[in-house]
Amino acid sequence: MSQETIIQSQGGAVVTPAIHHEEDHGHHHHEEGFVSKYIFSQDHKTISKQFLITGITWAIIGGLFSVFFRLQLGYPDSTFPWLESILGRWAEGGKIKPEFYYALVTMHGTVLVFFVLTAGLSGTFSNLLIPLQIGARDMASPLLNMLSYWFFFLAGIIMLSSLFIQTGPFSGGWVAYPPLSALGEASPGSKLGADLWISSMAMFVVSSLLGGLNYIATVLNMRTKGMTMTRLPLTIWAFFFTAVLGVLSFPVLFSGFILLLFDRHLGTSFYLSDIYLQSTQTALPNEGGSAILYQHLFWFLGHPEVYIILLPAMGMASEILATNSRKPIFGYMAMVGSLFAITVLAFLVWAHHMFVTGLNPFLGAFFVLLTLLIAVPSAIKVFNWLTTLWRGNIRFTPAMMFAIGFVSLFISGGLTGIFLGNSALDIHLHDTYFVVAHFHIVMGVASFFGMFAGVYHWFPKMFGRYLNNTLGYIHFWGTLVCAYIIFWPMHYEGLAGMPRRYYDFSIWESFKQFGDLNQVITIASILSFALQLLFVFNFFYSIFKGRKLDTKNPWNSTTLEWTTPINAGHGNWPGEIPEVHRWAYDYGKDGVDFIPQTQPVGAEESKGH
Amino acid sequence: MIFLVIFQIAKASEYVSVLRGEKKAREQANKINGFLMLAFLVFGLAGAWYCNELLGKETLFPQGSASIEGEEIDNMFMWTLLFTGLVFLATQIALFWFAFRYQEKEGRKTVFFAHSNKLEAIWTIIPAIVLTVLVVMGLRHWFKITGDPPKDSMVVEITGQQFGWTYRYPGDDGILGKKNYKLINGGENNPLGQDWQDAANYDDVLPTNMYLVTGKPVKLVINSKDVIHDVGLPHFRLKMDAVPGIPTTLWFTPKWTTEEMRKRLNKPEFEYEIVCDQLCGASHYSMRGIIKVVTQEEYDAELAKLKPNYFAAFPDKDPSTKKEVTPVADAPEAAKTTVALVENKMAVKPTL
Repeated sequence: MSQETIIQSQGGAVVTPAIHHEEDHGHHHHEEGFVSKYIFSQDHKTISKQFLITGITWAIIGGLFSVFFRLQLGYPDSTFPWLESILGRWAEGGKIKPEFYYALVTMHGTVLVFFVLTAGLSGTFSNLLIPLQIGARDMASPLLNMLSYWFFFLAGIIMLSSLFIQTGPFSGGWVAYPPLSALGEASPGSKLGADLWISSMAMFVVSSLLGGLNYIATVLNMRTKGMTMTRLPLTIWAFFFTAVLGVLSFPVLFSGFILLLFDRHLGTSFYLSDIYLQSTQTALPNEGGSAILYQHLFWFLGHPEVYIILLPAMGMASEILATNSRKPIFGYMAMVGSLFAITVLAFLVWAHHMFVTGLNPFLGAFFVLLTLLIAVPSAIKVFNWLTTLWRGNIRFTPAMMFAIGFVSLFISGGLTGIFLGNSALDIHLHDTYFVVAHFHIVMGVASFFGMFAGVYHWFPKMFGRYLNNTLGYIHFWGTLVCAYIIFWPMHYEGLAGMPRRYYDFSIWESFKQFGDLNQVITIASILSFALQLLFVFNFFYSIFKGRKLDTKNPWNSTTLEWTTPINAGHGNWPGEIPEVHRWAYDYGKDGVDFIPQTQPVGAEESKGH
Repeated sequence: MIFLVIFQIAKASEYVSVLRGEKKAREQANKINGFLMLAFLVFGLAGAWYCNELLGKETLFPQGSASIEGEEIDNMFMWTLLFTGLVFLATQIALFWFAFRYQEKEGRKTVFFAHSNKLEAIWTIIPAIVLTVLVVMGLRHWFKITGDPPKDSMVVEITGQQFGWTYRYPGDDGILGKKNYKLINGGENNPLGQDWQDAANYDDVLPTNMYLVTGKPVKLVINSKDVIHDVGLPHFRLKMDAVPGIPTTLWFTPKWTTEEMRKRLNKPEFEYEIVCDQLCGASHYSMRGIIKVVTQEEYDAELAKLKPNYFAAFPDKDPSTKKEVTPVADAPEAAKTTVALVENKMAVKPTL
């Protein structure tokens, strides 16, 4: 807390926080040195860039993994000799081995869900926007904020190292259900690979908690004068609820992982009971554990996790839709209310992932009810976004296009959730490609679209330059079309009962007929991957060579972040922090295009929203 | 190559836009993208229709549910599809139409429309009502299929292991004998760990396929020996996890024999396949089982061919190899009294 007061009182000068006394005297006097400015920086803006660039790196790795396993699914009878030169013994003769196929699937899921769509998304934009949009000079604790990034970095290093070990990376799926994840004899990936996976995830939980506590503390305590909670932009509300979800649910996952480590190495039986391993012809001594217990602990985070991924995208889409429609967001309080409802309900629906585990049917009924209840706030949000567009004056910036794409994908993927949340119907659809289609559209691609919208919209704030628009449009249309081509037909595969996580379907009479379709999907996913590389190129090229910003407020936005200088230093505002006089959505009020939050309410002005 | 070309075009268009003035360039980009929004809507919906024409027949719905209980699931699916389909069309059309219709135009005045309690109430209450209908429909069926099976159901045990299924039928006594995973011994013909001290095990048979009778409800008792598997029965619209240490159950009534299905679908190679639906290791994708649905007569004939696993474990007890031993057919009767059980234990002991 001492630190925050120092930063507050320094009125804009770049500060070396007091905390440096305890840790390192070496760079005490070089506060603008390369290391402290770009690497061990405590400036929330730099940390946000670190999260984003690390997230992009992981997205390329995770995306590439999906291209590898899509090759196997699309062309199960072909060999690709160049795969052997990349993957070595895991793809002898140019064909990916089943163990490694499952490792790729596992890593794809883990990396995309946690490293990209959690750290890369909420890490980037919570860090960038919370202080800037609430009018604070930095986070409540810049040091914890920096540590949050470095724990994430460490988690990444451990995960990466597991790709290079003899027994291979973990291959038990991103959910890591025991006993498969607990027994090295059951799967080579469950040997050292699983230990590294669990350690990496533990570091990741630490990172998330440090970040999340900081976001909550900052939003609650460090808003500028006049910035009441109901004047916050919806982005901040979304980041706030995201952080609350993470702080309350990640510790449960952590405990689940610790018990799993105990079962793996200390001979406990939390998750293990009555196991006979064919490979070693031995009956294990463990009795009385429950493999289902782990699933409860996992999904107690696992379900909030999908909202941790989705809420920031919702918040940013709301902000970008309003700005570029030149209209206020429709139903601000309903939007906040529905975010709150989603946050509460997110904790009460986890067992809908477990309808076919033998769950007590009476208990299951409550989870059906609560799961379908969550569709109500989701519906409110969709209708409010549509009404925001209605009779607007829409500017198709790349960010706006991605926000519109986000709404389209959220509708498509959200509606299939109504099938899956209804337990009787879920029995048929559970663990089929229908589920794969559902969550990739609603949580994967939709959140990616929210993230892209955010990057295109706030890139000028981050780097003082624009991204190339033409490349942005190509990126948007290509990705939207590919996403639908990839995931729309998967619903049909799921309706045929085709199970997910299969390496090859050729022996199955029931699923053979989709061979051609699987090829089409593979081609579309390769194309889609190439389009993302185009974006990555645009991103890095524009950091150095993009068109320079010549105005502080390129999108004519009302929010505070656009009142800072183009390349703001640590502390954000050179002078006093601006005072806020109104909500964030006065677009088109009384015929005025937009009124910044910093402008006092005029005497003539009509009553607020 | 393509990459470079795209990049050059993009770069050039940026220079052009700087030259022509930002406002003009934005207007042009806006027009193109507004039009593309409409085009995407039209082609997207056409694509969805085409996809349905092409793939709808490859799903399981045209052939109907192969179990009586699954019919209701198909029915639920269609109702859910109807509701969500309407919402899908309405919202997607509104989204892309608004995007096209309200693209930026010189001099257009936007409406300062920040909220409306009436509208918000409408789209809170209507989804709530529709969802209530779906929940009620779903739960009624959920309680039916997760409830107790009919009294006349047959019982079959199915056990998963890496990477295959073992089936066990209770034999004439209708009781599945006791098991203990520590007694499992594949090499000595005891793959399930049947406890030979329990006489109910003497007539239990382990066929290589699962045989079910058309029109007769069956209760599956589901086990696993190692990791979690899942008994997936897509044709019957059912599935249930196989969890080590925690037996689970499901029940259903097959409607058509395998032969009937082959004729109906005109597909001589058709089989009811058991699909493992829970990732269980490297060969998860090949964990295939077969259910043969047959008539009662065929079923009786098939089961009569099988020898209880007890005889495989103890060939000397088999009446067909050693005629002079006391007829084992008595054993099930004997098992019903405790005294007999004790005798049986003594009888079995020396051979263990």
